[in-house]
Amino acid sequence: MSGANPSAPVVIVGAAMGGLRAAESLRRSGYTGAIRVVGEELHAPYNRPPLSKEVLATDVTHEAVAFPSRAEMGDVEWMLGVRASTVDLEARTLTTDDGQVQPWRALVIATGLRARRLDFRPIAGRHVVRSLDDAMALRAELTAGARVVVVGSGFLGCELSATASKLGCSVTVVTPSVEPMIRPLGSLVGQEMRRRLNVEGVEIFTGVTVAAINGGTSVESVELSDGRVVPADVVIESVGSDCNIEWLEGTGLDMGDGVLADNAMRAVTTEGVALDDVYVVGDIARFPNPMFDDVPRRIEHWNIPTDTGKRAGAVLAAHLADDGSFDDVVAKPFAPMPSFWSNQFEIKLQAYGLLGLVTDDDVRILEGDLADQVAVGYYRDDRLVGVLGIGMKAALLPYRKQIAEGGV
Amino acid sequence: MIKIEVDMNQCQNYGQCVFEAPDNFKLNDDDELEYVAEAPDSERDNIEAAVDVCPMQAIRIVE
Repeated sequence: MSGANPSAPVVIVGAAMGGLRAAESLRRSGYTGAIRVVGEELHAPYNRPPLSKEVLATDVTHEAVAFPSRAEMGDVEWMLGVRASTVDLEARTLTTDDGQVQPWRALVIATGLRARRLDFRPIAGRHVVRSLDDAMALRAELTAGARVVVVGSGFLGCELSATASKLGCSVTVVTPSVEPMIRPLGSLVGQEMRRRLNVEGVEIFTGVTVAAINGGTSVESVELSDGRVVPADVVIESVGSDCNIEWLEGTGLDMGDGVLADNAMRAVTTEGVALDDVYVVGDIARFPNPMFDDVPRRIEHWNIPTDTGKRAGAVLAAHLADDGSFDDVVAKPFAPMPSFWSNQFEIKLQAYGLLGLVTDDDVRILEGDLADQVAVGYYRDDRLVGVLGIGMKAALLPYRKQIAEGGV
Repeated sequence: MIKIEVDMNQCQNYGQCVFEAPDNFKLNDDDELEYVAEAPDSERDNIEAAVDVCPMQAIRIVE
């Protein structure tokens, strides 16, 4: 583009895993110009899964969860503790909350998600777990004997319940769902997970919401929509997340759910135009994955920031190189395998594919026994689109291959 | 040669590395990770990808 300033840096907004991988990928793909990463947190990028487990249970610090810094990242500039306020795609500038206006040559959107909060007054004892600082603040309160109410029964809520329970807290999960983790896992596995969590001593109240959080200066109880009152010292809110997109308002990007991207991770406008110098990576990116179909989706699995960051970095580097390789790089299909895992007590779940694409009546036990070790298949139109293992790992690998190859 | 170290206390045998660098990592029949601790330099991209996809951050390249 004629308006591009070749001396301006590539600016990556978001200093978590997706931003880091995009920067690494730019370097590995041959881009040698300036890179600046702008991040709201003061911490350099770190691994989030331990936040609901090791960080709560032990004295884990930032150093233990930080991603190692690679040699090629030596001259990347990190602006931490700074938040993006607005961006101008025409002028190619980013404005941050400290008043700086920064020019950019290309922009990578990697601002991810934030924890959703329940709409009650601030009171001591209410927590979310999204950042390292969140987890450290909660850690101090999870002492043996503490009464903990976890609101929400997704993977994070269930992992937090297991960790708190192992630390000697008495734990009650409160959820509007009919089974824990039902959206990703379906009712067959959700029901079995409820049984297993109950056996471990976690109480689960399903089909209820929180009507009030009672207390003076700190939490004393949680009042449920069915009138029950659950005594509580700590309330953990694990009720989903919202995309950090406010700074992109007025840009004309398609922000129906997160930010729309094409298969090259280029940001797409509401008019359907993919921008060669604006990219979207990580949890915030809604993109089509030809492994399944052409429907753009956001995928909140751990591997997606890495996969999309690598993809965006490679495509952007080809664009900036201007050596004729761009069209070929863009045309190369990008079909990352979604994968997730969850550890709750001694229960180890692992999955590949998009289990959530499937309606409940097409979930089949492939191997093993649901009450013990099991591999479960998720089918859409008789095609395998997801596989879940409880305690099974190597046995899942042929199914993973089947999903990648079109599922039949 | 590239030298690889896996912290087997950290490793939870997820097997993500198996897909990125199949010459160096595999899951055995007991669901446990086995690995070859050396790789030729030509494998560097694959080994680095294996490091990136390990959810436990258990794999390290020893420089």
